Amino acid sequence: MTLLLNILVDGIAYGMILFMIAVGLSVTMGLMRVVNLAHGGFALLGGTFAHWLGSDLGWPFWLALPLAVLGTVALSMPLERLIYRRVYGFTDLQQVLATIGLTFLMIASVNLWQGSSLLTVPLPEGLKASVDLGFRTLPVHRLVVIAFGAAVVVGLWLLLDRTRFGIRLRAAVDNRGTASAHGINTDRIFMLAFALGAGLAALGGVLGAEILPIDAYYPLRYMVLFLIVVAVGGMGSIPGSLLAALGLGLLETATRYLVPDYATIAFFALVIALLTVRPNGLMGKIA
Amino acid sequence: MQGLEVRGLTKRFGGLTVSEDIDFDLVPGDRKALIGPNGAGKSTFSNLVTGILRPSAGTIRFDGMDIGRLSEAQRVKRGIAKTFQITTLFRDLTVRENLALTILERQGRGYQMLRRAGRHADTGAEVAALIDQFKLEALADTRVADLAYGQQRLVELAMTLALKPRVLILDEPAAGVPSSETHLIIDAIEALPPELAVLIIEHDMDLVFRVARQIIVLVQGRILTEGTPQEIATNAQVRELYLGGHGHD
Amino acid sequence: MNTTMKSWLPPLALLALAVVLYFALPYNLAFLTRILIMAVLVLSLDLVLGFAGIATLGQAAFYGAGAYAAGLFAIHVWADPVAGLLVAGLAGAALAFVSGLIVLRTHGLTLIMLTIAVASICHEIANKARDVTGGADGLRGIRMEPVLGLWQFDFIGKTGFWYALTVLAVVFVLLTLIARSPFGLSLRGIHESPERMTAIGVSVYWRRVTAYTLGGGIAGLAGALSAQVTQLVSLESFSFTLSAEALIMLILGGTGRLYGAVLGTLVFMWVHHWAAANDPFNWLFVIGGLVLAVVFFLPRGIIAIPTALKRLGGRHAGT
Repeated sequence: MTLLLNILVDGIAYGMILFMIAVGLSVTMGLMRVVNLAHGGFALLGGTFAHWLGSDLGWPFWLALPLAVLGTVALSMPLERLIYRRVYGFTDLQQVLATIGLTFLMIASVNLWQGSSLLTVPLPEGLKASVDLGFRTLPVHRLVVIAFGAAVVVGLWLLLDRTRFGIRLRAAVDNRGTASAHGINTDRIFMLAFALGAGLAALGGVLGAEILPIDAYYPLRYMVLFLIVVAVGGMGSIPGSLLAALGLGLLETATRYLVPDYATIAFFALVIALLTVRPNGLMGKIA
Repeated sequence: MQGLEVRGLTKRFGGLTVSEDIDFDLVPGDRKALIGPNGAGKSTFSNLVTGILRPSAGTIRFDGMDIGRLSEAQRVKRGIAKTFQITTLFRDLTVRENLALTILERQGRGYQMLRRAGRHADTGAEVAALIDQFKLEALADTRVADLAYGQQRLVELAMTLALKPRVLILDEPAAGVPSSETHLIIDAIEALPPELAVLIIEHDMDLVFRVARQIIVLVQGRILTEGTPQEIATNAQVRELYLGGHGHD
Repeated sequence: MNTTMKSWLPPLALLALAVVLYFALPYNLAFLTRILIMAVLVLSLDLVLGFAGIATLGQAAFYGAGAYAAGLFAIHVWADPVAGLLVAGLAGAALAFVSGLIVLRTHGLTLIMLTIAVASICHEIANKARDVTGGADGLRGIRMEPVLGLWQFDFIGKTGFWYALTVLAVVFVLLTLIARSPFGLSLRGIHESPERMTAIGVSVYWRRVTAYTLGGGIAGLAGALSAQVTQLVSLESFSFTLSAEALIMLILGGTGRLYGAVLGTLVFMWVHHWAAANDPFNWLFVIGGLVLAVVFFLPRGIIAIPTALKRLGGRHAGT
């Protein structure tokens, strides 16, 4: 019972982190059709900013977090304008290369600025504590992560379902040509969606630093993980990303608890089996 | 029975039935045309016969054998070939290479790795004969991408014949070809080996009436009527369908 | 005949360059040998990606499989280098065949991701099977017998250099033959139009599995060379970075021409070596910048430079 609860809480928290980081990747892949291997770099940038603000400057966590997210968003917009916009028309392979190059540059920049050691994000006392449920205790941090994840899910749903931006974004994902023919400014949508995705990745990176520790090589180390969420969820599908992130988070956590020595192998084997049966992911559009 | 024998062929996509209970025969020497308005299910029918789509119900037999479960490539190997509605060739290869590749594959040499592709005398002779037949000598060593569209259509037809098919499905062979070049296509179709079983799916009525001896009219996934060109031309339902449709536009 | 001679000129020039470098840089033979080994790996990728059009980021899986197979074979069975090479080639091919059966059912992003995932699994298995592979410490204790019973591996690396150069040359000739064969022609066909290939009766899937298997075998040879020459196999053999770098080298040189793969390897390794030696902390800036520059300004690689210059010259002459 305790084991099950542990798996559930850790798995959902982990899944929420994966969702926050990967949802932007899924949207940009569905929308711009760009294979963006550098997406994890935005989580790294967020984490690095938070480390700098929290550790080096000693600012409180709840101030460092939003500033780190804003800083990442501010960097992502010119990047989209200058680099990504030209990458959209490339072949898969060129996109892969361009974004690997970009990943290397991000790693090198963080390395130059903060070195290659672990970049910790100091948590406030409140987050380090545990809550007592009577029969057992739960770490507050995991619960806060889950709460943030839930808030992001609801926020995204409201944004996409209830705002003009959301309607246009969904129209553009479904059919780019039709969308621009109807006078929707797809360039603007692309940039906003990209920045939103980068910001969410930064949020996930900072909040998830306890689970996915941050150092300069972060984007390479977790690249496959984020790509798997997108591929399993189905490109461009936000509900798919959520389902995949939670499922994979629970799966990986469960294998870690139950077969610790073979967790990674079991995880990958199950993912490969799933993608063999459903090459377009759980909720992907049929190609 | 020799040739294609289609019975009760039905295809549904979700709740939508795009082909319904189609019976169809195509025997050696046939020149049949399949016509019908947009969305009548002509392409679906062609895709069902060639194996791109799996039928929801019904059977497809070829020389008496059920081929409904064979893949597209396997059906080509049995002798069912098609041309594409939009020219689909190896654009970066020359006309000669396009033909040689096709013939080498038909000869089962596709897995030879150490012998040069150009060293097979019999393949070369066959390529030369096709180039001659389609009057492509001057263009033989030109990249396909550099040919005019009408010429590309001819290359596509030559490649399909290089497969030595027994059933040939021509999917809008004149689509995209400027009317000044349509006669090239018609000539090529009229010169096809007489024993070949040919099905033409076409919008261009001139072409259909020139080359088809039997016409099938497909409407909303069902066969509306079938007959000789004269019968179809005088059929009131068909006139209504075509002329009536245009009248409302 | 004339064109045949011409097509052999670039590889012969590269071969001559290798011999010149051998005498010019006698104290850098280990580095030169590393370039030769990487060239074999990048050639395997040219077969898979340049010819068959399979976008993979997991070629290191087969390189690593070959490296561990060669190392384990030398330690436990027979330390003959050529036998080890063959075993490693078979190991790489077998892994490529089995994983290819699954991976090649998918396309685009999913395919790229699954190829990464296969290499990651291999990495993890090698990491966990510490008793067999040495885990993170690497596989040590490889002692090779002389090549063909004649040439002992020396610590300066002379034997290693000529051994690797010979294997590279053999692989190059083999791939050149394959490129011109009916099979090679069919791979070009698949690259250009899988629909048309199917329409002429070819099972594109099996053709791609075959190319992937061959590519895996050749990558396995590269891994074996590395294991035998350095007498060490590390977990890095399976790393994503290795797959990515091989891809960068191929694109840098230019795909589909074989000598482009060798040229790209040479240039990349040199830049890498130079950048890492000058600034061990910031060389990733150079590599990252190089990759972006190639993708944006030289998408067809170094081998396209002469044509591009000619066209530029022609335009000037015309005006």
